[in-house]
Amino acid sequence: MTTVSEATPLSSAMRSRDATVRRFAFTDTVFREATRSSAVLVLLILSGVAVSLFAGSWEALSKFGFSFLTTEAWNPVTENFGALSPIYGTIVTSAIAILIAVPIGIGIAVFLTELCPRPLRRPIGIAVELLAGIPSIIYGIWGLFVFAPFLQTTVQPFIIDIFHNVPGLSSLFAGPPYGIGLLTSSLILAIMVLPFITSITKDVFDTVPAVLKESAYGIGCTTWEVTRRVVIPYTRVGIMGGVMLGLGRALGETMAVTFVIGNAHRISASLFAPATTISATIANEFTEADGQLYTSSLVALGLILFVITFIILAIARYMLMRIDARTGA
Amino acid sequence: MSTSLALHNRRKRRNGVMMALCVVAAGIGLAWLALILGALVYKGLSGVSLAVFTEMTPPPGDAGGLLNAIYGSIVMTVIGVIVGTPIGVLAGTYMAEYGRFSKLTTVVRFINDILLSAPSIVIGLFVYELLVRPMGHFSAIAGAVALAILVIPVVVRTTEDMLNLVPNALREAGAAIGAPRWVVIRSVAYRAALSGIVTGILLAIARISGETAPLLFTALNNQFWSSNLNAPMASLPVTIFQFALSPYEEWQQLAWTGALIITLTVLGLSIFARSLTGRREDR
Repeated sequence: MTTVSEATPLSSAMRSRDATVRRFAFTDTVFREATRSSAVLVLLILSGVAVSLFAGSWEALSKFGFSFLTTEAWNPVTENFGALSPIYGTIVTSAIAILIAVPIGIGIAVFLTELCPRPLRRPIGIAVELLAGIPSIIYGIWGLFVFAPFLQTTVQPFIIDIFHNVPGLSSLFAGPPYGIGLLTSSLILAIMVLPFITSITKDVFDTVPAVLKESAYGIGCTTWEVTRRVVIPYTRVGIMGGVMLGLGRALGETMAVTFVIGNAHRISASLFAPATTISATIANEFTEADGQLYTSSLVALGLILFVITFIILAIARYMLMRIDARTGA
Repeated sequence: MSTSLALHNRRKRRNGVMMALCVVAAGIGLAWLALILGALVYKGLSGVSLAVFTEMTPPPGDAGGLLNAIYGSIVMTVIGVIVGTPIGVLAGTYMAEYGRFSKLTTVVRFINDILLSAPSIVIGLFVYELLVRPMGHFSAIAGAVALAILVIPVVVRTTEDMLNLVPNALREAGAAIGAPRWVVIRSVAYRAALSGIVTGILLAIARISGETAPLLFTALNNQFWSSNLNAPMASLPVTIFQFALSPYEEWQQLAWTGALIITLTVLGLSIFARSLTGRREDR
């Protein structure tokens, strides 16, 4: 785009065209770099999270070392901190929540894709997704004032009565019924992750080619057999991705659990006992933590949570990417 | 013949049972929604009055309102959206327009999806280390930054998805009349994807307006009216957290009312957002 010749009558027009092209090229470069640096910023945020958590927890990690992960004690007075009971609470509550939510979520997805009358499909789907939009603090306040008292007065005494002389189960469901505790948190978490699992399962069910289902129906399969033998095997990876995504949410969920877990730093065999999770511990104690080591230990808990959820979510995304690649979506 | 009939009946029975269970599962899902909303309306509605919107949060045992908390929530949400949206839209633009097939886009998409579901309390800790500790005190700015970080992944995701839906023929038509790339993006691609991008922003607002965990140790809380961005600021979710766990009846009632306000806002925003596009993105 250099000037052709100074002598032509068009030269001034060419010059102004040149200037315009240069201006366009300049603006385009600026815009492209702005978008590129924003994209890079997303990476920087995540690495910033990792670096700052690591830096903040350095004091605790260097003092306690690996035993931080295996110590149950959590004593701000003697400044002796261990992450075992929050880790235990986090994993147990999330695992129970997933065990409850997965069958229900798959059931709803089957209902929505196979059974539901067409006009109702969208409204019910949206209603389930609205559950996902309700802020977690709402689940918390509902759990504390409505759900926990209900469990305390009706469900828990009943369960304790049934199992009190069954070996094994008697310690799992040992009283007294506080209402709040591990099981209550698990149930609230199950309600919270249900919409995530449902909507992803429904999405991957929709990717099953109609021909596959029709040929199964054609040889006389029932709806259940089509679901069990065709739809679920075809979408297994996607369902696992959805479950992992739900698990990631459950592990990091803070406010709902903080309300109903009871915040007790100990590991009890009973599911009715108060306990704590990583996120609940941070939410409850961070602003009141005095002393560098206390704060640093709480940040270390955050780092552990970050690493666990990062791994789970990465696996979830990897699985969902595989099913996306297959459908070409 | 009789065995095959028995088999047929068994299969039909089994199918009936499993399908009934699926209907029950759907019933459970809808029942929870009804139970939670019902409890919210029942407990929250009785506390709704003009005072809630005109008076400050009261000291323990007194009547009062939620004005400073509502104000704080709006201020921090607005700043969070104003800061987070341009970054999210630009990053999404890079991924869908300039670098659609680049390595960077694949990595950013993966990381962004993780950020999308990362525990918000961890984001709170990050902003605490980033801003609160160096500044030496809690502040509304720190809270707004934490919210902005939550806005970005939602907006990135929807912007990229929506721009990818814009037909390439439109872009080529723009390029064919000599428009430079950024003009094509601005006047063709953005315009075609506008409603989808707005949906993403609304969903982001819906998400952050109920977030509590990232505000706990960034913006902290404030019993009094404060419009100073460099000082702790009250917010509706944190106030609900504090009031609900208190032993005072007036505070608990205000917590329920605040919870009702937040839920209606969030549900209203997400229903409105969905009505704009009719398709779901925030996976």
